[in-house]
Amino acid sequence: MSDITSLHTALVSRILEGEGQASPEIRRAAFDNEGLAEPVRTFVDKVAHDARMVTDADIGTLRKAGLSEDQIYEIVVCAAIGQATRQYQNALAALSAATGRN
Amino acid sequence: MRLAILDHGHGVRAKAMFALIRVFSGHPVVDAVKLALYRPSFYRGGGLTQEAMRGPSDWSVADRELMAAFVSKVNNTEFCIAAHTATSALAYKDGAKVSAALADLETAPLTEPLRSTLRMLGKLTRENNVDVDDISRVLAAGVSEQQIKDALAVALAFNVTDRLADVFDFAVDDSAAIKAGAKYLLARGYR
Repeated sequence: MSDITSLHTALVSRILEGEGQASPEIRRAAFDNEGLAEPVRTFVDKVAHDARMVTDADIGTLRKAGLSEDQIYEIVVCAAIGQATRQYQNALAALSAATGRN
Repeated sequence: MRLAILDHGHGVRAKAMFALIRVFSGHPVVDAVKLALYRPSFYRGGGLTQEAMRGPSDWSVADRELMAAFVSKVNNTEFCIAAHTATSALAYKDGAKVSAALADLETAPLTEPLRSTLRMLGKLTRENNVDVDDISRVLAAGVSEQQIKDALAVALAFNVTDRLADVFDFAVDDSAAIKAGAKYLLARGYR
């Protein structure tokens, strides 16, 4: 049986605590989709909830705010993994509750 | 792609690999590979995806590829829909089954355990949450607790990958390259 727990934990600590060009604080906030200032706040929420609708102009806004491509890259990766992780943990909690009840 | 670094910012080793891929596959390097080889010390999601898609599981590789295609369909991520529809169809040796599942889950010729699992993954992907009743229905369809965990791992991997593909604007390859990619994913996996 497959167990991705350790791979998932290692991935999350790599993107949040590993070497990067965005600060650990902004990476953590992008992961949590919480506590960010504009224009990053709106962008990260779009990555989390409506990634399909992200446009060139959205990336342009971040560039104009002074973010480098590598910083944008890191923020996107953290936002994507953060949202998928919340979904995953919500579902695992429901699974624990369901199997505990059965 | 929307960030030039993902097209051109790779190190010497990755660039050499791209040259080899172009020569031996006869196709351009797909954007998913460019992303995977960009700063692997930072993201490197391939290990998790490999374990979710090819690690030991009571779900077949074809089932898990269908889950990946299905989650991508819910996210409306064109690149991943195309890649994993093709890979699932090749693994099942049944393209019609995969097309039917993506067109209408309720009427497609699937086993009830797989159908109920896909239904749950669809809700999780759309609404970011499932409740105890959603999971209980999957268990009642005969899916084991471990199979649910394995399916959730696939959804985790593709809810990450779909977002990255959409935000970085992965190009959708032509059908010959998609077929070649599907063969590669079945032979070699995601590492």
